[in-house]
Amino acid sequence: MDADDRLATALADDLDGAFEALVEAHQDRLYTIALRMLGDRGDAEEAAQDAFVRAYRALASYDGQRIRELRLRGWLTTILLNRCRTVATRRTARGPRPVSIDGDPTRSMPEPEAPRAGAPPEVAERHAERERWAARIVALPVAYRAAVILRHVDGLSYPEMAATLGRPEGTVKAQVHRGVALLRTMLEAERHRELQEMTA
Amino acid sequence: MNQTLELTDTETAVMAGLTVAAPPTLRIDVLVEVGLADHYARIDSPLGPLVVAWNGRGVSSVGQAGDDADFEARHLASTGRRAYPGTFPSRLATAIKRRLDGDRRARITLDLRGHSAFEQDVWRKALDIPRGEVRPYGWVAAEIGRPKAVRAVGTALGHNPVPLIVPCHRVVRTDGSIGQYSLGGPANKRTILSAEGLDPDEMEDAARRGERLLGCASTKIVCWPTCRTGRHMLERNRRPFRSLAEAGAAGYRPCKICRPVAVPIAA
Repeated sequence: MDADDRLATALADDLDGAFEALVEAHQDRLYTIALRMLGDRGDAEEAAQDAFVRAYRALASYDGQRIRELRLRGWLTTILLNRCRTVATRRTARGPRPVSIDGDPTRSMPEPEAPRAGAPPEVAERHAERERWAARIVALPVAYRAAVILRHVDGLSYPEMAATLGRPEGTVKAQVHRGVALLRTMLEAERHRELQEMTA
Repeated sequence: MNQTLELTDTETAVMAGLTVAAPPTLRIDVLVEVGLADHYARIDSPLGPLVVAWNGRGVSSVGQAGDDADFEARHLASTGRRAYPGTFPSRLATAIKRRLDGDRRARITLDLRGHSAFEQDVWRKALDIPRGEVRPYGWVAAEIGRPKAVRAVGTALGHNPVPLIVPCHRVVRTDGSIGQYSLGGPANKRTILSAEGLDPDEMEDAARRGERLLGCASTKIVCWPTCRTGRHMLERNRRPFRSLAEAGAAGYRPCKICRPVAVPIAA
């Protein structure tokens, strides 16, 4: 019995008593997925909050048996991706983020936990590298983005991803591969540009 | 061009390192929204600064502002939930302000979980009393169909977690005296009633003279003394009565708006 199974049992027995433990166990990963999907901290917090609130309301309407059988990790992720879609749609309606106005998203990607001034250069470099990857991921088409994030950032297995995304495993694998291929193309383009800038 | 479709180990590590810790506000906001914790903030009132607590289900408490740690401890003890400092959602701030200014149409949802059905009935009935009017405990008891539960009505009003929003200050003792008040004692009750346009001293004087009800000689209708229908009554038409029976004997019928009832003076 893993931690999620124990949580599911606790939720089935006493939803109000165990719900905070569910939030604590999954808030970092839901927030991370939302941040990597949406590229904006405020949007990510909104999506993650909505997802937990919807999860609570759903749990309140389920009977104990149904809660015990839930695969919490995938179930929460499915709810979160739906919320991300809603937040992104609303965002589009309000106008694009400043990030996408900028031709090069790597320059304006907001990244939490920025290194403090005076941090060792390798810390700053690692941070810059993370920022570049985050910007590349957020530039991917949404289906590939979700697949790449769940596989490589969140570390879900392909069967878990298939259940979470509601698509066959083969499709999910193909989406991860296409996403990675696109990331590869972006990397090559960046290197090409750097080379040009150096020789110019 | 390198067309490898797999990520290098370094790239995989960087991607896995893209996890970030959720901001601390996330957990609190979620718990507050589903009603497993509360936010609280201060608001001004005729009684000075108040502290109001709320969650996604509604406003859960109103009390006199004091020390934050003290409030949080009392809130935990009375509701079983932690309270965190917060900022009023603008709609709630506006609604509370309008309600304190006497606008009964300002909708405020209340979170009264954990309180008995009887208490909630009493509080809901108190919400029916308009600003600038008062009713005796016995009236509330009669209106909720528990005419003998006058003392329990008083206790329930004393336990009102959301004073001012649920106007328990508009319920006075059956003998006409102003009575107790949970939000800082009887002096505050007088203050808030005065702010609503009543004269507590005059009300008590009238009660002492035995004037429990007020009839109008031209309409032959008898009301609670503060009923709004009597506001424009001519002085020469005012007929105070000691009881509903006395008014009835004089040919007066009870007002259909304030619905005076015969209540035992002992309460």
